[in-house]
Amino acid sequence: MDELTRIERKKQATLARRNIYTESKAPETFITSMSEEARELFFASEKKRIALNLRKRKIRKGIITGIGVFIAAFISALALVPIFFTFLNSFMSSEEIVANYNTVFQSMSGHATQGATYMSRTPVLKLIPEEVTIKQYTTLLFMNPEYLFKYWNSILLTLPIVAGQMVVACLASYSFARYRRKRREVLFFSYIILMLMPFQVTLVPNYMIADTLGILDTIWAIILPGIFSTFAIFLLTKYMRQIPSGYIEAATLDGATEWQIFTNIALPLCKNAIFALTILLFIDYWNMVEQPLVLLTDVNKQPLSVFLSQINEPELGIAFAASSVYMIPPLLIFFWGEEYLVEGISRSGIK
Amino acid sequence: MGTLLFGMDNRTSKENQLIEKGEVTGMRPGSEVIHSEKAEEKPASEKTNKALAVKPIVRVLSEEEHEEALINRPKPKNVTPLATAKLTPKDIPVFEDTPERRETLELRKKRHFKRKLRDWGIFTGYLTPSFVGVLVFFFLPLILLLKTSFQKSPTNSDFVGFRNYERVLTNEAFISASKNTLTFALISVPLAVVLALLIALLLNSGLPGKSIFRSFLLNPMMVPVASVVLIWQVFFSYNGVINGIAADLFEGAQKIDWMKSQYAQIVIMLLFLWKNLGYNMVLFLAALNSIPHEILESAEMDGAGPLKRFFAIKLHYLSPTIFFVGIMSLINSFKIFREVYLLTGDYPFDNLYMLQHFMNNSFTHLDYSKLSAGAIVMCVVMIIIVGGLFFAESKFDSDVEE
Repeated sequence: MDELTRIERKKQATLARRNIYTESKAPETFITSMSEEARELFFASEKKRIALNLRKRKIRKGIITGIGVFIAAFISALALVPIFFTFLNSFMSSEEIVANYNTVFQSMSGHATQGATYMSRTPVLKLIPEEVTIKQYTTLLFMNPEYLFKYWNSILLTLPIVAGQMVVACLASYSFARYRRKRREVLFFSYIILMLMPFQVTLVPNYMIADTLGILDTIWAIILPGIFSTFAIFLLTKYMRQIPSGYIEAATLDGATEWQIFTNIALPLCKNAIFALTILLFIDYWNMVEQPLVLLTDVNKQPLSVFLSQINEPELGIAFAASSVYMIPPLLIFFWGEEYLVEGISRSGIK
Repeated sequence: MGTLLFGMDNRTSKENQLIEKGEVTGMRPGSEVIHSEKAEEKPASEKTNKALAVKPIVRVLSEEEHEEALINRPKPKNVTPLATAKLTPKDIPVFEDTPERRETLELRKKRHFKRKLRDWGIFTGYLTPSFVGVLVFFFLPLILLLKTSFQKSPTNSDFVGFRNYERVLTNEAFISASKNTLTFALISVPLAVVLALLIALLLNSGLPGKSIFRSFLLNPMMVPVASVVLIWQVFFSYNGVINGIAADLFEGAQKIDWMKSQYAQIVIMLLFLWKNLGYNMVLFLAALNSIPHEILESAEMDGAGPLKRFFAIKLHYLSPTIFFVGIMSLINSFKIFREVYLLTGDYPFDNLYMLQHFMNNSFTHLDYSKLSAGAIVMCVVMIIIVGGLFFAESKFDSDVEE
């Protein structure tokens, strides 16, 4: 039996291969068995049913999308509330702020008495100021020159680090991406470990080295280690390894030197990553707190981040304006380079 | 040579022999049967090459016979051209060790070495600025650290063996600090990965305004630490906004001192997630977009539901990104110390006392040997963890590529 069917199939296959087809009669189906009118009716009812199903599906899809949008909106609201909160509060008058949030900071700082700390009063989450003033900003910018100095210190520390680290990282990561030997991979791994290391690990020896180099208590004590930090190398190498080797081979065949390949092929292809890294590094070093606290004992040289994080009761009135002003450069950079940032981050995670 | 020429054809070896004898011309691959029948009928004396060439034997087969012949035709064997070819010793090239040849070989070797050296020189040149800096500001400190960890104190260079390590490993503060740091990383890193993946899937499911949500969620990353700390203080202190809202919503709600209770770590985790979800989500969104969607579509056609599609297809493509996001989150979970430090100072509540606090406090107490031993222990643990992660990633990657 099995043999027979096998032969039959072989026969069929052979015939088919030679383009010979046998005609077969169409079998009777449900549709052909019906009369003309019944068929019409059946089709009409089917159409209705399908339309209804489609509409149902559409509604269901709409509801699901709505829920999705609601959840996404809720999450983004959570993400944005603190930012808006700071900005809006910065337009309140100092008295209003002190009246509202004083209790918060009384419980924080040690010198309030026990009774005052455990008062029953809590501040209200105020988003809209009673009267809109820019008095906080004027006090901040014109009455406190110290604040502007710190702002300048922050810029003075951040920009050289970011620029220097990008230059060093571009060169080093090109080397890591193109020259892959065993020993280099080990070195690269050790770079990754260094990237992960918290600052506190090498705190003491760093202090000692800065001391022997004679740069302790100058901004170079922070800038130099910052420039040679390995975070950018890690990401850029990951990015540069994605450059198709065909591009480089083609350039070599056309007689390009290594430097030409680097500047004309590797760098333009990594433009997005470089922009993204610049933004990431900027925000990272704009936030720097521990390094200046330890390595810069001179208060006048410390950046704004240190100063702001020590704001307490006395400066509460201008705290919100101060943090708003401090927030502006990163946010501006973010809005300017968001596309590069997203593009650059995106490509780093895909193999 | 005949075998070589016709080897690519799907003729059997028997046919090939026939062809070589010149007996058959223009034979079709299935018709060998006919020939053999014919050969039996004819007397051997009449069968000459000439007769065959002039008038080929034609015999009309019945339909059944024809089909039989078609169906039962011999299968072609695997005949590769080189397998049948016989190589004589003179076919194999022999390079004699002449002086000229030795010279060219040596030249080639020299040139190869030169090119290798040149490559090494160039790429080492590119690496040099970074390497020198890292050597001075990162490796040298580590070596110094290793040295001081075996000394009585940085100034008194008596060798004390592992006494510093003993002191650190039995130190209660160090143990609780490392426990806190580990638990924080172990809980918050997976949480950050999973939540970011969920949000990315949500945004990728065809929501309108996807890019707007994306930039909203990426925003917290750009908020400076000092501002974050101010906000968190206002929200989570004892007389803070959260307690106020809770009191408004629920009658008789107990006020909680968030930063000084067992909830402290949760508050910090919230801060960590708030800052890092956007970044992780962008990474996942990109990875989701890079999945070839023919595969997803064909899976959908075959009736795979969204869950099946996620676990069978998407997760497979996402695995390198998951590793990357995990490593980035690990880095960021170490960086969260900055916020904790600014929020709570040198001595926070017990379950917030991180390794960095321990080191900072040892530094301020001038207990350098303890600090360096602790730092070395931390380094070793970190190398093991990260090395394991990378090893797992490379293992996993090779699996994925297969």
